[in-house]
Amino acid sequence: MVSVHTVIDRRDGAQQAAEGVARSDAQATNSAANRKLYKSRVPIYPREQDGLYRKIKWAMMAVTLSIYYLVPWVRWDRGPHAPNQAVLVDFAHERFYFFFIEIWPQEVYYITGLLILSAVSLFLINALFGRLWCGYSCPQTVWTDLFIWVETKIEGDRNARMKLAKAPWTAGKIAKRVSKHTIWLLFAVATGGAWVFYYNDAPTLLHELVTGTASVGNYAFIGILTFTTYTLGGMMREQVCTYMCPWPRIQAAMTDKEALCVTYAYDRGEPRGPHRKGDPWEGRGSCIDCNQCVAACPMGIDIRDGAQLECINCGLCIDACDDVMAKIGQPPRLIAYDTDANIHRRLVGKKPRFRFVRPRTILYAAVLGIVGAIMVYAFATRKSVEMDVLRDRNPNYVTLADGAVRNGYTIKLLNQANMPRDFQLSVGGLKTREVKVIGLESDAMPAVLHVDADKVRTVRVLVTVDKADLGTGGSRDINFTVTEPVHQESRQIESVFITGGAK
Amino acid sequence: MSKKEIDEVSGTETTGHEWDGIKELNTPLPRWWLYLFIACIVWAVGYWFVMPSWPMLHGYTHGMLDHSQRDEVMANVRALQAARAGKEQALNQATLKQIQDNPDLLQFAMAEGKTVFGDNCAPCHGSGGQGAHGYPNLNDDVWLWGGKLDEIQHTITVGVRSSAQDTRESQMPAFGRDGILKPAEVADLTQYVVHLSGRPADPAAVRRAGKLFADNCAACHGAQGKGDRSVGAPNLTDNEWLYGPTPADIRDQIWNGHGGVMPTWGGRLSPATIKALAVYVHSLGGGE
Repeated sequence: MVSVHTVIDRRDGAQQAAEGVARSDAQATNSAANRKLYKSRVPIYPREQDGLYRKIKWAMMAVTLSIYYLVPWVRWDRGPHAPNQAVLVDFAHERFYFFFIEIWPQEVYYITGLLILSAVSLFLINALFGRLWCGYSCPQTVWTDLFIWVETKIEGDRNARMKLAKAPWTAGKIAKRVSKHTIWLLFAVATGGAWVFYYNDAPTLLHELVTGTASVGNYAFIGILTFTTYTLGGMMREQVCTYMCPWPRIQAAMTDKEALCVTYAYDRGEPRGPHRKGDPWEGRGSCIDCNQCVAACPMGIDIRDGAQLECINCGLCIDACDDVMAKIGQPPRLIAYDTDANIHRRLVGKKPRFRFVRPRTILYAAVLGIVGAIMVYAFATRKSVEMDVLRDRNPNYVTLADGAVRNGYTIKLLNQANMPRDFQLSVGGLKTREVKVIGLESDAMPAVLHVDADKVRTVRVLVTVDKADLGTGGSRDINFTVTEPVHQESRQIESVFITGGAK
Repeated sequence: MSKKEIDEVSGTETTGHEWDGIKELNTPLPRWWLYLFIACIVWAVGYWFVMPSWPMLHGYTHGMLDHSQRDEVMANVRALQAARAGKEQALNQATLKQIQDNPDLLQFAMAEGKTVFGDNCAPCHGSGGQGAHGYPNLNDDVWLWGGKLDEIQHTITVGVRSSAQDTRESQMPAFGRDGILKPAEVADLTQYVVHLSGRPADPAAVRRAGKLFADNCAACHGAQGKGDRSVGAPNLTDNEWLYGPTPADIRDQIWNGHGGVMPTWGGRLSPATIKALAVYVHSLGGGE
């Protein structure tokens, strides 16, 4: 097996890796050479890189940021009794709106299901294509990418930025730094600002924010998120992934030899070393040790050191290396989305292949399918009428003067529709003398109960059963039925009637 | 210090600890982590000066803010009382019937009534007003002193056999203990009362007790044993027994003449609170 660290003819100070390819002096920030008890952050100046994966990253940035900033402004007509914001977490009224979906607090299991789906999707994607989430859609990645773009536009590319960092504090440097941080802060404020719109009616809140009449909480959250966006995206960057985020550690357990990862094909690249025009390619690898992959890396690592937790699999080193391969006339994808297993297959002369169907991917897909099906079923059969019946426990039952027995029930009627409706409540399963709904004039059954749009109405119901109808057991079955005549929906809840008789 | 051992693969120093050939790495912390730690220490020192923190021999250091959760609670309570003042005022002015007919006021009264009931009444009447041996159940349709709103309000205000001037007052004699009746007569009366409530009883005893009942009991309980609310005398023909339904229970009551005491709440609870309480008790299910 070829060692990753085999180097041929590394001539220190060489400026050219090959004809027309500059040799960068970029070094892996986590290189084994210099580690201390406390490790200072080594600033990373990723070089601007164009290519396929960079284009995908730009597209993903546009999509994710657009979703984040614009979704609160999407309107969705729910009629006069509910807010018309498509996505709204309405804490004040305890409702969550998502387009055609409305969730009440007791239905938080839908969100649990959504979280399970998200987690298992993450596992599945990781088993198939590696850390796509880290590389393209994680907010930390997206905002860091955005901030680096701002930095590049103002201070220039890698070399210019490095030079500026070392340069004395001239007016020009101050101007560049001030404008960079100002733009970062503007993005950070916009990020915090967008967040609070998810919890309030966006146009109303924007007006309040501008006129200074919004609640302190809103300003506080904008402040907190401005601070975190500015520090995490501008200053901390790769430190968040390396030291704060648990996912790089978890994904190590979620990935395997067949998972696609940004991989340096050391079977083809080694032994590496600078190449002069005209030198033969026989007996050496394709890697000319130009370090362009390291220079392009936003995490500041050397992908040729192998899979490592710092690597977010963004593919910018692939773009960098492909450019170089084109210049020196070698085939592209010395660094590529590849699997560890394929390298070993090539080393023993087998054809590389991608095994997307594996026990773990089948398992993840099955879990996804089952949870997804349960969610869809639950949503499809979700009724707009719900009822809870709570029998009084204290007292369990009340014996009346003539020997009849009365039980009390607290009934909650949930009108989960955006219109006021009249519900019909009736009692069955037991011969009753009287069913009294406290607060209603009439004792006639079914009792008609008006419930406001999107509201819960709680009523107390007293059920009295004659002594003769009590039967012999300690309790009898009883059921409550609520019917909504317009939508033809109903719910029946089983409960018990305690007679107080012999057990 | 001994020589540092460097792990070959990662290039990181090891701690020297080893389990089954796996060595623990001594990975360096990021320096900003150290700075956060120092910042926390600085914060803690700042906290001493701003917030109450150090215990002293007498009292404690108050800090610049002199923050106190107790003061905060008291301020919240005052704010709550101020916010409730309007409703409390309305409760004061409204009649009991008006409270019942005004959904807004009713909700307020019910909430207040429930809380006040839990604090003051539940020890005897139970948290649900279910009563106990010697303590009336407030859920049923049996009322010794009346179950109308104003009757309940009056009972709460003056109590039963309490220290109040105009308290609800009545006393059943201890017929046996005080020697008013002979043990055999008490036994006969017991059978008579069992008979009154429609249960099988010794016919000879019932016959003998007829005159005893008319002479000793009917004055309060009525000739038919139906009771009399004006003196708080219970109905003996129904299914409810404050001191128990068995013949032994009934004999015990005739012998000892138990009579519980309900304190007067007039001086302890405000008239508005008593109104709320009356509305709440009335709503438990037995209100007339």
